[in-house]
Amino acid sequence: MSLYGDRGNIIALTQRCVWREIEVEVVPLRPGDRVDPDRLDLLFFGGGADREQSAIGADLLAAKREGLAAAIESDAVVLAICGGYQLLGKYFRTLAGEEIPGLDLLDAWTIAGTRRSIGNVVVEPRDIAPGRTLVGFENHSGRTFLGAGCQPLGRVLIGDGNNAEDGTEGAIYRQVYGSYLHGSLLPKNPWFADHLLGQALRRRYGDSVTLDPLDDREEYRAHESAIARTRKLGRLRTGVR
Amino acid sequence: MSVRLTAAVAAGQAAAALSRRFGVGGGTVIAGHVAQRVYPNALQALTARLPQGSVLLSGTNGKTTTSRLVATIASVAGWRPLHNRAGANLMSGVTTAVVEQASVRGQPRGTLGVFEVDEATLPIAVERLHPRLVVLTNLFRDQLDRYGEVEFVADLWRRMLQTLPETTALVLNADDPLIAALGRGRANVTYFGVADRSVAVEREPHALDARLCTECGGEYQYDALFYGHLGHFRCPACGFRRVRPGVEVTSVSLDTDRGSSICLQTPTETLTIQLRLPGLYNVYNAAAAAACAVALGLSGAAIRQGLERFEAAFGRLERIPVEGRELMLALVKNPVGFNEVLRTMLAGERSGQLVIIINDLFADGTDVSWLWDVDFELLRERVTSVVCSGLRADDMAVRLKYAQVPVRRIVVEPHPRRAIDRALHASEHGETIHVLATYTAMLETRKLLRRTGYVRGFWED
Repeated sequence: MSLYGDRGNIIALTQRCVWREIEVEVVPLRPGDRVDPDRLDLLFFGGGADREQSAIGADLLAAKREGLAAAIESDAVVLAICGGYQLLGKYFRTLAGEEIPGLDLLDAWTIAGTRRSIGNVVVEPRDIAPGRTLVGFENHSGRTFLGAGCQPLGRVLIGDGNNAEDGTEGAIYRQVYGSYLHGSLLPKNPWFADHLLGQALRRRYGDSVTLDPLDDREEYRAHESAIARTRKLGRLRTGVR
Repeated sequence: MSVRLTAAVAAGQAAAALSRRFGVGGGTVIAGHVAQRVYPNALQALTARLPQGSVLLSGTNGKTTTSRLVATIASVAGWRPLHNRAGANLMSGVTTAVVEQASVRGQPRGTLGVFEVDEATLPIAVERLHPRLVVLTNLFRDQLDRYGEVEFVADLWRRMLQTLPETTALVLNADDPLIAALGRGRANVTYFGVADRSVAVEREPHALDARLCTECGGEYQYDALFYGHLGHFRCPACGFRRVRPGVEVTSVSLDTDRGSSICLQTPTETLTIQLRLPGLYNVYNAAAAAACAVALGLSGAAIRQGLERFEAAFGRLERIPVEGRELMLALVKNPVGFNEVLRTMLAGERSGQLVIIINDLFADGTDVSWLWDVDFELLRERVTSVVCSGLRADDMAVRLKYAQVPVRRIVVEPHPRRAIDRALHASEHGETIHVLATYTAMLETRKLLRRTGYVRGFWED
């Protein structure tokens, strides 16, 4: 699945490899394909329209769950945005109370909400990158809650985040990163793109791998102006009540 | 009743005049608001007096251009069309158009209403105006934050059609599976489409909205794909496929970035037409307008003359001479539309200077993620320089960097006036400068061009 401009994440990762002369191959996974944890280093799992998401759900459970579970336990890097993030969890509870099972690969669950969380977001991912920020845009009515088996991606400075209640955004388990942030997420947060690439390369080639820095002037300029814009626009609710 | 109507019209027109006098936003919808306050049924009462009734047009892309084309064809045929301002397509905009163009006695000054209507507003408009005809152009992912999904609008329209009388004619895009599906089981439908495979794309673009069959959920196959998800589709699972439309463009020559020639087939004749609108997306708009005209019973001669006479409206590839250069303004609203604008622009001889102005206000779409669904990679080596402007200028610069446009060719200048000035100074006499802008940025750009005397107010057109 890859709607809502999340293609930017693939573009960012690919270009950042190309600019470093790292050979990269993008492999689309279609319905019916299996996940081979040895062949794949980084998995991207985007969002989609409701109808596509239910169709995908069935395929994921049947064809892909086993390979995904193996990949995750071997510390393959997974970036899951919005719908993809929700599907990795235990279940999605609809407004009618029906619980639609997820992949149960992440200790999180989502409950349908009546209000939509829409707007620019600024997050502080203190655990993985103290001093850094993530900036993006959320658009979801699902409210995601995390269990003890994973930790948040970060703390919300401006925005709703996972559920507009506990001030968290996203989730991390091993090298699985779930988030509600569009934008696309990675282009304006190049440090995070490099974090994901670094983890993926180290898994394959060993701990001594480091990434050459790139000239990220344009990206950080956009990062800062997005934060300034978010501050200016404000939000009716902040992450913490 | 007519005393109140008269009062409503008078009040509305006065408010509009005052608004224009004080230069406040062109008074785009104030007349409607005021009139409705005085007499809530003003719109219904006025439109009921249109001798030829009303036509409503909706869809993601092409509403304004198609409705202008229809209005031009109708004028050529001797009818007097009455239409709303570009983009003023909520109920307030439609009401305003009717109120402003009415006599003090409450008699509309036109004979046929031609109204472009926002997708979510269409059901209400249908209920209030009892149109004789509804045109549905296409459905693409537009503003992600406003409706959320294309499905939402499709459902809204399905429910609307359940109660739409059979006497109301429908004009539908045969090449858009989402739209075409709406015509199933209905009489009084005229379809339009394109059938020239030489203008089909070779591979599936990224921004494909309708992959799954609306009837059975299977995946569509395309024998030819023209623009976005428009083309000759079929569902291998249930057999739902494109029907041969009554109005079909059988041959297309996308000459330049200025116009195209088409061969259009109606149920009764074949017309060869020179359009002064470039790009395949405008061929679809022309086909839609022609189909609407056919359904209204207008002649082939009127269709040809009307289509050939028409020149671009507000911000839709408008050409404006400025200081010996030519500014070409294009409104960009969503990935599919942007791709078509880029392709059309690149069909010109030299691409030269480009100014892209991206805002993120409500009317522009507040989530700029959509820029990543646009194929800016098409630009790579083709532009001399790109000035990124608007509230999200920096996002646009990053997008271009990742599209592999050389960084030295990307300039960031958030202020539109300064951005256009830079492009003007960097260009040569006779050069074309393409200015692509989101909705509020386009309003701002035209306002500043008007202040310097280069262009009339868009409310004067």
